[in-house]
Amino acid sequence: MPEPLLELDGIARAFPGVLANDDISFSVGKGEIHALLGENGAGKSTLVKIIYGVLRPDAGAMTLRGKPFAPHRPSEARAEGIGMIFQHFSLFEALTVAENIALGMAPELAKGDLRGRIVEVSTRYGLRLDPDLMVGDLSVGQRQRVEIVRCLLQDPQLIIMDEPTSVLTPQEVEVLFETLRRLAGEGCSILYISHKLEEIRALCDHATILRGGKVVATCTPAEETARSLAEMMLGESLSPPATDRRTPGEVRLRLDGLSMASETQFGTDLEDIALEVRSGEIVGIAGVAGNGQTLLMSALIGEVRAARPDAIRLDGRPIGRLPPHGRRKAGICFVPEERLGHAAVPDMSLTENVILSARMRKNLSRNSFLNLQRAARYAGDVVARFGVKTAGVDHAARSLSGGNLQKFVVGREIMQEPSVLVASQPTWGVDAGAAAFIQEALIQLAKDGTAVLVISQDLDELFAISDRIAVIANGRLSAADPVDTLTIEQIGLRMGGQARGRANAPGAAEPAHA
Amino acid sequence: MLRLEPRREPSKAMQVLTPVFAVALTIIAGLVLFTILGKDPFRAIWLIFFEPLTQTYALAELTVKGTPLILIGAGLAMGFRAGVWNIGAEGQFVAGALAGGSVALALHETAGLWIMPLMCLAGMLGGMAWAAVPAFLRTRFNANEILTSLMLVYVAILLLSALVHGPLRDPEGLNFPESRLFSESMTLPILIEGTRAHVGFILALLAIAVAWLFMERHLLGFQIKVQGQAPLAARFAGYSEKRIVWLCLLTSGALAGLAGTIEAAGPVGQLVPALPIGYGFTAIIVAFLGRLHPFGILLGGLLMALTYIGGEAAQIAMSLPSATTRVFQGMLLFFLLAMDVLVGSRIRWAPRQAAG
Repeated sequence: MPEPLLELDGIARAFPGVLANDDISFSVGKGEIHALLGENGAGKSTLVKIIYGVLRPDAGAMTLRGKPFAPHRPSEARAEGIGMIFQHFSLFEALTVAENIALGMAPELAKGDLRGRIVEVSTRYGLRLDPDLMVGDLSVGQRQRVEIVRCLLQDPQLIIMDEPTSVLTPQEVEVLFETLRRLAGEGCSILYISHKLEEIRALCDHATILRGGKVVATCTPAEETARSLAEMMLGESLSPPATDRRTPGEVRLRLDGLSMASETQFGTDLEDIALEVRSGEIVGIAGVAGNGQTLLMSALIGEVRAARPDAIRLDGRPIGRLPPHGRRKAGICFVPEERLGHAAVPDMSLTENVILSARMRKNLSRNSFLNLQRAARYAGDVVARFGVKTAGVDHAARSLSGGNLQKFVVGREIMQEPSVLVASQPTWGVDAGAAAFIQEALIQLAKDGTAVLVISQDLDELFAISDRIAVIANGRLSAADPVDTLTIEQIGLRMGGQARGRANAPGAAEPAHA
Repeated sequence: MLRLEPRREPSKAMQVLTPVFAVALTIIAGLVLFTILGKDPFRAIWLIFFEPLTQTYALAELTVKGTPLILIGAGLAMGFRAGVWNIGAEGQFVAGALAGGSVALALHETAGLWIMPLMCLAGMLGGMAWAAVPAFLRTRFNANEILTSLMLVYVAILLLSALVHGPLRDPEGLNFPESRLFSESMTLPILIEGTRAHVGFILALLAIAVAWLFMERHLLGFQIKVQGQAPLAARFAGYSEKRIVWLCLLTSGALAGLAGTIEAAGPVGQLVPALPIGYGFTAIIVAFLGRLHPFGILLGGLLMALTYIGGEAAQIAMSLPSATTRVFQGMLLFFLLAMDVLVGSRIRWAPRQAAG
């Protein structure tokens, strides 16, 4: 064990109703890549906010290089050589790389030949970056480099990275890991927060595992399996989702020549999307965030109408110009990515929230008057069948935990027995138990004959549940190939934009070339 | 340093109780205010808030003042629920009074039971027409309806003034800027003999019942609430924002227009330039005081009517400044909004250093 750089001793922090951190102690050595592993809600974010001076602990102490360390604000932590790369970047799209970097630094550091230093640091660590480019024109991976370079320019001794790979292609992840290893080799410590087990096994020297705000285990990740790490993280043993393949039936959902201009300035346009989803199969759409998934989802829901009715067909019927409720009536249901505020109204009860999307198919109104009894019964059915933990259907959606609300939203759609279900990031940000449950439910739905389309940035998930996977990059969709003919690397290349031409014979699954 | 932390699920009981607390705080602040002014604070508060409730005449007046406030408030609340901020109900009130009043003046030599409903219908159409302008500008050009509806208030008031100085002036009125007095078929029947309480109040109660049914049980009311609370969820469900904007503005315009006609055909009995006395603005307070809920608005409207009547009585009896009523209405809204913040969030005392 190298000499410790940062030591935590008995850190505790409570929020109203939860003890987010409970007596947490561990240490990060100099030049060590230390993983902080845990499910959503395990207390990782609270802990790093304490280290970075955003929050103060209720109890416990920290030492940095053997001296007491209690930052009151992030600038104090930075002055002590701690840098942080957040999951969500704080960059201005309409400014250049150099301007963005200068804005995020202490004024005295931003003086002098900043441009030259940016070029120097970025070449030294293999993070190619042109300081004069507009951030709005950069990919997400490049934007992350801006954040990393900004951090490196301040000569950090400890870099905290919060889920850094969730926005990267597998190839970009490799580049990032090389950079991190080089930094560690130079003596910089890294606190790496993730719930991606393979990454942690590949990268980290040590891991501290949090569950329910407590340290439940420490280990050397390379000596563990992904499964044993997951079990430590969850505190229960896992069974992998059933992977028996289903026999696809006839085409239910067919996209053909779906093009659409983005609604926002730096958004991605959809170009000539073609795809077929058959009854009984799950088709996955992989891709790095920001490559047109949001717009594709809007186009499928009908929030934005297609130019031609026949760009989207449901059971052969053109629905491209139908509004969302018309599409639902025709037999297609949706699970959007954002639970609170998009899929559900936060301050409305679960009963009211089923009316939102199930009114048509579940007859929750008569002559435009709501049938609240029926809605309450349907909400109760969803809660019962999907094991949603709630005090009752008259409680607000906001009062449910992320995983429970997601189960509710997914259940609300599945129990409408649609012929097509489209789900975007169905297990994003939910605990592993709920995620497994939702994945099982999607598989079961496909078995029962529904055509399921899943848009996700989680490749492991797509490989686990999909029959075929297509990749969306820069608003274009690749052909959907059977999972057993695909490797992570091929998907990664397509995610980086090197997709083959789109499927010309829809549904035809050509063997992928290496 | 004080910090506000949002509560996970605000208490339902507190949401209902805040107006009560707001009234209590207003009374306490009023006591302090009158003490500073050197007036007997308890007598003033008694005159404003309680004495009107002991007299039949004042109670009848309560319904007269309350009617327009309740009608307008019910319409405005609908829009506020959807995030459609119609601030120009005063203008729609005037437009409605003009439309309804014009029908009365055009038919001044006729009599019949059908005239009053026709006036009300015209008043509603007038208010709707006035509200249609901000609706069109918002849905077509994304113009902010707060500004457009507010600006149209002054247009309406000037239009009323121009018309009663010109074409609508009473030919036998010695050149006073007033219309003819409405005949009996054109004035609202009186409910209680010897008072000014008229059937308009029944209409207001009816409007409250319909508004409740609409907001709590009808699909359009549901759409309005979803649109206001989570616009993206409304998009997800497939509700048309434009349709909701039109619906809210036209309905609140119609109710304000109806209130205008009722005011002209009830207590005033003619068209005069001084017809608008701020009901359209006060109704905004009524809507929030009533938690944007129809039954709450009924109570809120009566309470605001009370401050009008009691305020006037206190001004006369104790020679208080004429701003008294407005000050009380303003304090009420202030305390109400402040209480709302506290119900939605809790205050935490955090040492100053911790604020990142």
